[in-house]
Amino acid sequence: MGNEKTKKRKSGVGVELVGAIKNGSFSTRLSFLFMGFGQMARGQIVKGLLYFLLQAAFLLFMIFFGWQYIAHLFSGDLGTKLSGEIWNEELQIFEKVKGDNSFLILLYGVVTLLLIAFFLIIWWVNVKGAYENDKKLARGERINTWKEDVRTLLNEKFYLPLLTPPFLGLLVFTVMPLVFMVLIAFTNYDYAHTPPGKLFDWVGFSNFKTLFSLSGGASGFAFVFLRVLLWTFVWAFFATFTNYFLGLVIALLINKKGIKLKALWRTLFVVAIAVPQFVTLLLMQKILDGDGILNKILGTNILWLADQRYFSLLPRVMIILVNIWIGVPYTLLMCSGILLNIPADYYEAARIDGASPVRIFMSVTLPYMLHVTTPYLITQFVGNINNFNVIWLLTGGGPVDNVYYGSGSQAQSTDLLVTWLYRLTTDQNPKYNVASVIGIVIFVISAALSLITYNKTSAAKGEDTFQ
Amino acid sequence: MIGKTTASMRKGISNALTYALLATLGTLWVLPIAYLVYTAFRESPSTGIINTLFPADLRLGFGNFARLFSDTIFTRWLLNTLLVATCSCALTTIFILMVSYALSRLKFKLRKPIMNVLLVLGMFPGFMSMIAVYFILKAMNLTNSLLALILVYSGSAALSYYICKGFFDTVPRAMEEAAILDGANQPTVFVKIILPLAKPIIVYTVLTSFISPWCDFIFVNTIISDRELYTVALGLYKMINAEKNSFNDNFTVFCAGAFVVGGIIVTLFMSMQRYYVEGVTSGAVKG
Repeated sequence: MGNEKTKKRKSGVGVELVGAIKNGSFSTRLSFLFMGFGQMARGQIVKGLLYFLLQAAFLLFMIFFGWQYIAHLFSGDLGTKLSGEIWNEELQIFEKVKGDNSFLILLYGVVTLLLIAFFLIIWWVNVKGAYENDKKLARGERINTWKEDVRTLLNEKFYLPLLTPPFLGLLVFTVMPLVFMVLIAFTNYDYAHTPPGKLFDWVGFSNFKTLFSLSGGASGFAFVFLRVLLWTFVWAFFATFTNYFLGLVIALLINKKGIKLKALWRTLFVVAIAVPQFVTLLLMQKILDGDGILNKILGTNILWLADQRYFSLLPRVMIILVNIWIGVPYTLLMCSGILLNIPADYYEAARIDGASPVRIFMSVTLPYMLHVTTPYLITQFVGNINNFNVIWLLTGGGPVDNVYYGSGSQAQSTDLLVTWLYRLTTDQNPKYNVASVIGIVIFVISAALSLITYNKTSAAKGEDTFQ
Repeated sequence: MIGKTTASMRKGISNALTYALLATLGTLWVLPIAYLVYTAFRESPSTGIINTLFPADLRLGFGNFARLFSDTIFTRWLLNTLLVATCSCALTTIFILMVSYALSRLKFKLRKPIMNVLLVLGMFPGFMSMIAVYFILKAMNLTNSLLALILVYSGSAALSYYICKGFFDTVPRAMEEAAILDGANQPTVFVKIILPLAKPIIVYTVLTSFISPWCDFIFVNTIISDRELYTVALGLYKMINAEKNSFNDNFTVFCAGAFVVGGIIVTLFMSMQRYYVEGVTSGAVKG
């Protein structure tokens, strides 16, 4: 671990490239322009040919397809031609004209950008390989044959075949959509600008301004945004810790000495996991409904999930309670596993000292559990910030509160950032641009939280502890 | 003598209290499920929700299940889900094992940066990119197909390498070093030495990735519009959410469907519970 840091290579990509130009052989320098030349000149025919073909394919792609989209990305417009009907004088009819589709232009632009990045990496590997060959020859070493190169893929470079397929999936289904949606945050893509038929365009930071500023009456969402943000944190805090402590307490009760039928008790709670979350949530929603079973039993008329008084306090509390029902079985399962791992001598020592059960819990069990499960708690917290299902299926973000909704933000009173985002993209009047900005905000929050804790916990440092 | 009896009495009381508490909480947890099961087997003219604690009509039967399989295309949805879950679970497991092995056992320059990038990528909310995913699939002419679902469910598998890598980290290095000295290459070490040791974590990964398609309805809802291609989750969700009166018309059938899905998941869990707990805890202990 220490080695990895102290040995930090002084040869960055740039240094290496300059080196290749300055000290490289003629063929190496030529491979800056014609990929694979350096390899072919040294007898690595197959490798060189592959590089060359790749370059040719890339250039063809750029000429016939890519450049126009890149041009669109940087020229400041995402299509100019509106689709519609144009009067054809000769035939005396209206002809349908297919206009530009801003969405596809942006999408293909992103694809092209990623391919360019990919190509640059290959290009760099090609130059570096040629330069390495020069150095090897200078040292009087032999250059690898094609067969040997392939064989390294099963040994030193085994990580390449292992990582490539999963990363391709990641690229298409995670990275590409993300880059795309981040770019959407800088456009005016909303209901009034929905392709096909309409165009959307770059608008700079104006969506960020909409979300973070108060100015402009209907256009400033800052107030709504802060309220949603605050509730997101309050919710995530309570959802995480209520589940955790209740799960821990139940696990302790079941694990208590002298309690019989432990497996049965555990099963009683764990059965709840079996029913898909959306089913139980829909069921709970119906039970808590205004004319649902709970009100019938109690003979009351309480709007459990729709009471607007005191900033919708009641729905908020109910959501957290239902979430306890949903989440505790999971923490119970995890805690009872870990509790068994606490070394028995800790308890022995505490008992000899005459500590009370509460004292033992506070100074042995809890610290141990917290120590072991901190990373779990963080992931839970971040997971709860993004907990879509519970809110969406119970209240749908509601009740509708004019303070929120009226200003055009479409947020409702129990909305988390994610449910707000979802509503903005699926509503009758979608605002994809603002939704993207919210997505970026969620990302920044989650990433900051996770990175800080990830680097602070032992997980990152203690990889080899158990080997 | 007296001290001993009071001590055992105190113990008895505390145990009794614990039992009482557990029983109360247990009831709270079981009651909604019991209600669901009861509704699934309920035989009564009403197909909606019953708003009493002790219903008068206590006839039970399989009528709702009969309706589920004859009036709806639930069988079709079941088969769809089974196909999607099996394929995506196989792909996901293979991807996770590959990434975890590379990041845990192999040493290469970009290892740490890659781990950090994966961590950060995992932070983006999936909903944010859902629409983009939809359009990418559309550009590939893949919307309204089960293949699209499989790809979406397993495409970002690499992001959940964490627990599995934690497990691989605990496997002693000495074993693979011995094998390499004997001339084994990396694929052999991976398949013949590490994988057999990783059985609990493999079962855990298989289980979690197999179950998630049974529960997701949001992504299916975006990608699939053809009713024939629904998975059970979306089918059930639409059953009581599609039209205005669908809830009161279909609630008992919905419960029957939920019972079937729940039954499948319970069976899987029960048969593999030991591995599941082992998997969770091995990941948790390592963080």
